[in-house]
Amino acid sequence: MQVPAPFEYERATSVDQAIGLLERLGSSARLVAGGHSLLPMMKLRLATFDYLIDINPLHAELGYIRVGAGEVRIGALTRHRELLESDELAAAFPIFRDAERVIADPVVRNRGTLGGSLCQADPSEDLSAVCTTLDASCVIRGPGGAERVVSMGEFHVGPYETAVGDGEMLTEVRLPVRPGGGSAYVKVERRAGDWAVVSAGAAVWLAPDGTIADARVGLAAVGPNTTGIPEISAALRGREPAEKLYEQAGAIAARSCDPATDQRGSADYKRHLADELTRRTLRTAVARARS
Amino acid sequence: MQVTMIVNDAEVTREIEGRLLLVHFLRDVLGLTGTHWGCDTSNCGTCVVWLDGEPVKSCTVLAAMAGGHEVRTVEGLAKGAELDPIQEGFMQCHGLQCGFCTPGMMMTCRALLDKNPDPTDAEIREAISGQICRCTGYSTIVRSVRWASVHEAAAAQTEGAQA
Repeated sequence: MQVPAPFEYERATSVDQAIGLLERLGSSARLVAGGHSLLPMMKLRLATFDYLIDINPLHAELGYIRVGAGEVRIGALTRHRELLESDELAAAFPIFRDAERVIADPVVRNRGTLGGSLCQADPSEDLSAVCTTLDASCVIRGPGGAERVVSMGEFHVGPYETAVGDGEMLTEVRLPVRPGGGSAYVKVERRAGDWAVVSAGAAVWLAPDGTIADARVGLAAVGPNTTGIPEISAALRGREPAEKLYEQAGAIAARSCDPATDQRGSADYKRHLADELTRRTLRTAVARARS
Repeated sequence: MQVTMIVNDAEVTREIEGRLLLVHFLRDVLGLTGTHWGCDTSNCGTCVVWLDGEPVKSCTVLAAMAGGHEVRTVEGLAKGAELDPIQEGFMQCHGLQCGFCTPGMMMTCRALLDKNPDPTDAEIREAISGQICRCTGYSTIVRSVRWASVHEAAAAQTEGAQA
């Protein structure tokens, strides 16, 4: 039987109370939301904490999707199922529905949360790639209600490591909405619900004349963190969408990433996927931006 | 710590350790061994129960997290002696062989039918995609859910006609 090492269970009653607890307890405490990454790690003793602070009671406060004109704001406790089922979110950013369909399985999606996924900072994690693709920013709240906003690049410090400090909590993810946008996500996995062999997300914004005003690609499972590839954005900006261009972007993706050979596939195979999935998602994102 | 929750419509209060998982609380503390304990890593789905009406994998939920909430297990599917149509369907269509995955399968499929009374085969397979049957009985599980769906619709029609 696998059970976590003993810890004290605390239940959050508000965001500020949870932050107060974190401040007091320091690195011996950890927030738990869906728990579907943290609890398995604690069972294997890959993670041990003296205190777990259950923030599920804060779902009414931190579980939301607010689609505004210039920005979409998503609460950190929004569950995968809510992200999958939101028509408003799918209309603004179809990449979310693409990704959520292939994240874990429907039962796990009932528990897992956006904030938990980002804070886990697993290099293979899909929502991190989605948020990187969409140039998201993360709202981190600290003691006394102080908030700071960091980019995804700043948020992920390394594998399983984020910018969220002791006494702080990720509360919201903000996604800028720009005109002429389209987005898509594709994942190759060995079986339903598995971690990605490689996944790719793409977002494009078309100018009124049909050229690419901006484009971003985010890859998962091919390096220490999900990373946007600025060189792809530079190569696509100002150009007319075309197959040749997607091929060029795919080639950049393949040589820019840093996959490791493991039980999911060889580094060469993963580079091939980075190339092919970049092309596919760009193609779909452009088609969606046009429709 | 003390935890109080509703399990199959009855309130229970117990003294537990914070690290106790819901699956072990149900099986070892309450003696509700209908919920099975399998992979322990939220992959196999045999431990699926409902938390406030939503299927969850109880090997990856702390019992403490369920405090103040409603839990339903396979023991709470039947209404007295009357089996739920999902249970009846699994009997009629050989939805189980060894039966190990069955409690989790039935809880997930009951929740599916509550949301989507007439699912396609693809939708049923998607719903159970986080659950593993090692007797390779997926086809008969899908058939069992179809059976329940069709019979529920027929029963509802009969009731409607009588009303």
